Parts: sequence; C-alpha cells; structure tokens
Amino acid sequence: MLLAGVLILAVGTYGFRWAGPALRSRLTVPERIAKLLDIAAVTLLAALVAVTGLTEGHDIAAGYARPAGVLVAGLLGWRKAPFIVIVLAAAATTAMLRLTGVS
Amino acid sequence: MRSIWRTFRCIDRDIVLACAAVWLFGLSYGAIATTDGFPVWLPVLASLLVIAGSSELLFVGVVAAGGSPIAAALAGLLVNARHLPYGLALPEGILGRGWRRILGTHLMNDESVVFALAANGRAAERYWQCGFGVLLAWPAGAIGGALAGSFIHDTNALGLDAVFPAVILALIFPQLSDARTRRAAVAGAAIALATTPFLPAGVPVLLALAALVLR
Repeated sequence: MLLAGVLILAVGTYGFRWAGPALRSRLTVPERIAKLLDIAAVTLLAALVAVTGLTEGHDIAAGYARPAGVLVAGLLGWRKAPFIVIVLAAAATTAMLRLTGVS
Repeated sequence: MRSIWRTFRCIDRDIVLACAAVWLFGLSYGAIATTDGFPVWLPVLASLLVIAGSSELLFVGVVAAGGSPIAAALAGLLVNARHLPYGLALPEGILGRGWRRILGTHLMNDESVVFALAANGRAAERYWQCGFGVLLAWPAGAIGGALAGSFIHDTNALGLDAVFPAVILALIFPQLSDARTRRAAVAGAAIALATTPFLPAGVPVLLALAALVLR
C-alpha cells in the first residue's frame, strides 16, 4: 500500500509536469497570453512564499521567528542585496530568534 | 550528452547555494520519515521519483497520522498541481525533445522554474543546472537524514524553514518591479493566506491564480 501511494504520487506529479509544456507546444501562444502565463508563475511562487513563510498547517501564524526571517529576506531583496546575503540573513535571523527563545 | 555537459562548465553560485538548502531540507525530511517509523527506502524512493519536497512531507505526515497511503498520495497531488501552470509558463525549447524532454520534465520544480524565470537570456542553462542540482541534493539529503534518523534533531534551530521562502522570494523580486505582476503576486499571496485555515494543503496556492483577473 505504501509503495502504491508513492507510485501514485510520483506518476501523477510527472503528469502535471508533462502537461504544461505539452499543451504549450500544441498551441501558438500569443505574446499577451505568454505574458499572462509568466505572471501566473510569479503569482504561484509568491503565494508559495506566503504560505510556507507565514503559516504552519492550517494556522495562519507560524510563530515569529520564521516570518521575521522571511521579512528580512523581503527587505534585503527590496534593497537589491545579493542572493547569498538574502538567504543567509533569513536563516540567521530565524536561528538567532530561536536561540533567544522566540519561537 | 555534450550539450548537457556544456551546461556545467560554469555553475552559478546562487544555484549551488539553493541546492545546499535543498540538501539540508532533505536531511530533515529523511530524519522525520524514519523517526515516524517509516522504512528507510520510503523517503529515498519518494525523493527520487517525486522530487517535490512539500508533497512528500505531507504524504509522510498523513500516513503517520493514520491516513491511508492512497489518500496521502491524493493530498500530495493537490500540492503538486502547481507544476502544470509552471510548465505552461516555461519558455518553449527549454526542455528540448526526446530523452531530454523526458528527463527535463522530471527536473521541473519550484527552484528550477524560478531560476529559469529569473534568468536573463540564460533560462535553459539555469533550469538544467538547478534541476540536476536538486535531483542530486534532495535524494542525497533524504538518504542521509533517513540513515541518521533521530540523530538529526531539530533542523529548524538553524532557521532552515525560513530558507525555502527566502530563496523563492529573492528570485521573484526583480519581476515584482513590473506593476501588473506585483499586483497579481500580492493579491495572490493574500488569497492564499486567507484561505489556508479552511482548505486542504495546496489548494490555497492554486487559488492565488484568481488574482490574475486584476489588471
């Protein structure tokens, strides 16, 4: 059963990955729609940032430490900091807060 | 093969860092799975065949909580449905044809897509570099974590849970300078947050697409 579950998840996920490019190669995508698809991908990624950065399970708040790390990442990104600085600063902020007892 | 090899002549430092984060995340995933009582092969096999972290963690969590593996797989598929719109957004020609297409499809994930979208003119190169990096780093982490098991205690103490959202955020930032993209992204994130308490995992992120109607 466990193996069947893993295989269903693997095959279904591959299907989702396959479907997008397959659909796109079958249609001629006008410039306007291509732009919209780009915005769709960024919107999904932004929603993923919000959900993984700020929530935990069905709770809207994942404590303070992780959202603070993501906030620091956002501020540094806005200030055009290098990628490595953004990522390490986010982890350091969250880790430091936890070290001082903030969850 | 040569074209793939050429891809690796200069590997982007940012991609190495993102893959290192994936590896650490994989360690905690493998450790969680085996301390929950799963056999070592489960996180290892799933990490190779699925390569989509959040859905695998959800799968393990649902089964550990007493759910059936089939129900857990369906919950995981809901989380992974976002790969369909990812594939629609990928510029044509990145995946190539034949066996490259078959492999490239498997390499589609949050990181490889966001690196491809953030690349100026080097989308294919970065997609493949990051895709291969995650294909190595994620299972390597899962194997290490599964074997170390309870020795790995709390990777959250390192602030690792903030790294995934930080990586994605850092990479979408340049595109948020476009006003229409920014509006859709902010509204989409708000929709996802507002619906998270009520809906199964994965659905809130998909619902964010409703923000596309904004002009």
